[in-house]
Amino acid sequence: MATEVMAQAEESRTNYLTNGHTVKSWLLTLDHKRIGLLYLFSISIFFAIGGIYAALIRLELITPQGDLMTAETYNRVFTMHGVMMIFFFLIPSIPATLGNFLLPLMLGTKDVAFPRLNLLSWYVFMVGAILMLITIMSGGVDTGWTFYPPYSSIYSNSQVTLAGVSIFITGFSSILTGLNFMVTIHTMRAPGLTWFRLPLFVWAHYATSLIQVLGTPVVAITVLALAFERTLQIGIFDPKLGGDPVLFQHMFWFYSHPAVYIMIIPSMGVISELIANMTRKKVFGYHFVAFSSLAIAVFGFLVWGHHMFTSSQSMYAGMVFSLITYAVAIPSAIKTFNWTATIFKGSVSYDTPMIYALAFIGLFTIGGMTGLFLAALGLDVHLHDTYFVVAHFHYVMVGGAIIGYLGGLHFWWPKMTGRMYPEVWGRISAAIVFLGFNLTFFPQFIVGYLGMPRRYHAYVPEYQVWHILSTAGASLLAIGFIMPVVYLAWSLKYGEKAGDNPWMAAGLEWETSSPPPTENFTYQPVINHDAYEFENVKEIKEAAAKEAALQTA
Amino acid sequence: MSLFSFQIPFMPEQASKFALEVDLFYIALWLITIGVTIGIVIAIFVFMVKYKRRHNGEIPDQIEGHMMLEILWSVIPFIICIGIFAWGAKIYYQMYSEPKESLEIFVTGKQWMWRAQHPDGQREINTLHVPVGRRVKLTMTSEDVLHAYFIPAFRTKTDVVPGRYTTTWFEATKPGTYHIFCAEYCGTQHSGMIGTVTAMEPGEYQAWLGGGTNEPPAIVGERLFSSLACNTCHTADGKGRGPKLTELYGKQVKLNNGSSVTFDDTYIRESILDPAAKVVENYQVIMPSFRGQISEEQIGQVIAYLKSIGPKDGDAAAKPAATAAAKPAAAKPAPAATK
Ligand SMILES: [Cu+2]
Ligand SMILES: [Cu+2]
Repeated sequence: MATEVMAQAEESRTNYLTNGHTVKSWLLTLDHKRIGLLYLFSISIFFAIGGIYAALIRLELITPQGDLMTAETYNRVFTMHGVMMIFFFLIPSIPATLGNFLLPLMLGTKDVAFPRLNLLSWYVFMVGAILMLITIMSGGVDTGWTFYPPYSSIYSNSQVTLAGVSIFITGFSSILTGLNFMVTIHTMRAPGLTWFRLPLFVWAHYATSLIQVLGTPVVAITVLALAFERTLQIGIFDPKLGGDPVLFQHMFWFYSHPAVYIMIIPSMGVISELIANMTRKKVFGYHFVAFSSLAIAVFGFLVWGHHMFTSSQSMYAGMVFSLITYAVAIPSAIKTFNWTATIFKGSVSYDTPMIYALAFIGLFTIGGMTGLFLAALGLDVHLHDTYFVVAHFHYVMVGGAIIGYLGGLHFWWPKMTGRMYPEVWGRISAAIVFLGFNLTFFPQFIVGYLGMPRRYHAYVPEYQVWHILSTAGASLLAIGFIMPVVYLAWSLKYGEKAGDNPWMAAGLEWETSSPPPTENFTYQPVINHDAYEFENVKEIKEAAAKEAALQTA
Repeated sequence: MSLFSFQIPFMPEQASKFALEVDLFYIALWLITIGVTIGIVIAIFVFMVKYKRRHNGEIPDQIEGHMMLEILWSVIPFIICIGIFAWGAKIYYQMYSEPKESLEIFVTGKQWMWRAQHPDGQREINTLHVPVGRRVKLTMTSEDVLHAYFIPAFRTKTDVVPGRYTTTWFEATKPGTYHIFCAEYCGTQHSGMIGTVTAMEPGEYQAWLGGGTNEPPAIVGERLFSSLACNTCHTADGKGRGPKLTELYGKQVKLNNGSSVTFDDTYIRESILDPAAKVVENYQVIMPSFRGQISEEQIGQVIAYLKSIGPKDGDAAAKPAATAAAKPAAAKPAPAATK
């Protein structure tokens, strides 16, 4: 009886979702939560496009001959796969969706520091994305996502300039988001919420924003210089025009190595939240985990030359870059060990977000450890530009970044929508993603060491068995990715009502209602304790009281 | 391929001196990786089972952290990493240091083929014939975009960059035929830019060299040197309008800006294409650029000629006589092919 009345009261209360139903109320919204959902919707589409390209790649590679499509088409397909996935899915993925949605909630504030800038960044992103879709429709690009000149500047007859302009514009959206987050974290924390009381998700986003703001301008300049060389024949990179092709590689990787951390650090932030809340334990070594994000962000700027060990850069430069790369591996190791230690003596839940978190630890360990192979100078000479590299960065980007994103999406789904996803399906799909992923990418380590170069449309027959395994895994992986789309969409209408704190999690975002009201909190939160203090969680206390009552009864 | 072709290989054939070293390193890294991963996975499984949530109101005892553990799991991985770094750097140092006494082959990459020119004049496309048991150094450049010369069986790879020379070297240990792949994406037929390297016993290699009717690059270079009229200024008596180039290869040259530069492949190439870039002291910038009139392969031949008239150290280098026909020069035995 009482619960029914409460449910009705909840129903009638307006939340950020019911506050305006028109298209205009979405497209002109300044609410960070709605902007997060706008991003979520957009990047899901771009992920699907990138995924279709991935499927085409895997289908082509079933046989050694290039028989499904021409070499020219294949080159465009793998390029667009990389471009869509990196610039339009992975880089915005967690910060622009979960970050946008959660940061003000976690800080106990109404919105980000610059709500209008936040909306602008989505529009800038969409302009860049639409330009990229136009690029695709006018033939696409065949240079690889790395755009190495002089091929990209002089020789390629695909839409390089248009793609460059698109990436240039999209970069600004990333800069604006980073800037907004940094200012928000600095100035908008609720009373009592000191830096070392912040959830680790916030620390991760602070580190990520730093990279976005400092790194993205460099890639913007680089693609602009490329466009100038291509359209105006200004010699910057092509030796025939008096330029230096290796200069481009330096500039490109100065951003693109740290960009790897733009993709992975937010995911690490998510994992810290998931493990703490799913085990009801404070994250082991909070300060180490927090500062390791910053260390990765800062040192990540000093390792770009590890992409150029065979590029004719000097041997001693190679040694310096190799050494610093090993130094930057340590903060990642520290995080992994701390997460594992957090589970120790915890109260471990087996729900979907935890399964994703554990999958992350396993896959990211392999991804990170194989990075040690590639940072090893004498071994990288053989491995560079082979499928070993492809396998390695998919372990980090998919096994790390995307797994973290999916785990976070499941964990905060009830907060975002007010509904639970079906738990059984969540667990099944997480298991399928894990198996499919390993079957897709583990064989690529082997075929890479055997010598299979990346970006090959056709290959020598002795590699076929590994490609067949990989394609089989990719089919499974596709199922694992499609399932959440279906059941999450289903849950919007039919999912069980979530309640404010279905996980009994600690964290300010769980103290407000699900979905939260437009202004996030109906009161001003004041914080007087650290993050992850589970004895403060009302729902756990109630459950404990109920259990005690049952026992005495 | 081996007789046991049903056996699934995890490594390419080991056909060079580097191969075994690289493989041992690779296996060691997998052992570390598997060890660490299994350790973490076991820990997770044990914790999962042992600390499964038993009731809904459960709050476990909190652990803030542990300073000693943090130090241990930072310092131990760091030490292991330094070890890996040193091991990798050692192999890299060998791979990218100039080999002593080697057979030098000139390679040009071009969309989408590999051309190789042997010092004795043999030329080949998309194949490379090398003797086993002898260091072979490839000096490479590209006529268009970036490529990379990758021989998995030798564990060597180096980018081939337009506008500059890069080098790679190896010593084949096992006769056989192995793949050459272009590893740096270079456009439409990138995956077709492949070929084979054939490692042969030194005797067979000599026989193979004698099989063609090609002239040594130094001879062709000498002809180019006069047909492009280089010799009208760069006279042998040193009184021409350009500096004398005999006895010069490998020596230091003073420039008009006070600095100096080694008269090597890179400087020669640059001076042919961009004569004004580094002008020799006391000379004027009167030389025209030969950009567009001379191919990368021809530049390599001019370099071979200038090298052949360079300073002779001890053993007489194969200096072709001006009137020498192709055959006798090609038949001249290469420097002792002992290990
Ligand atoms: Cu990198
Ligand atoms: Cu190539």
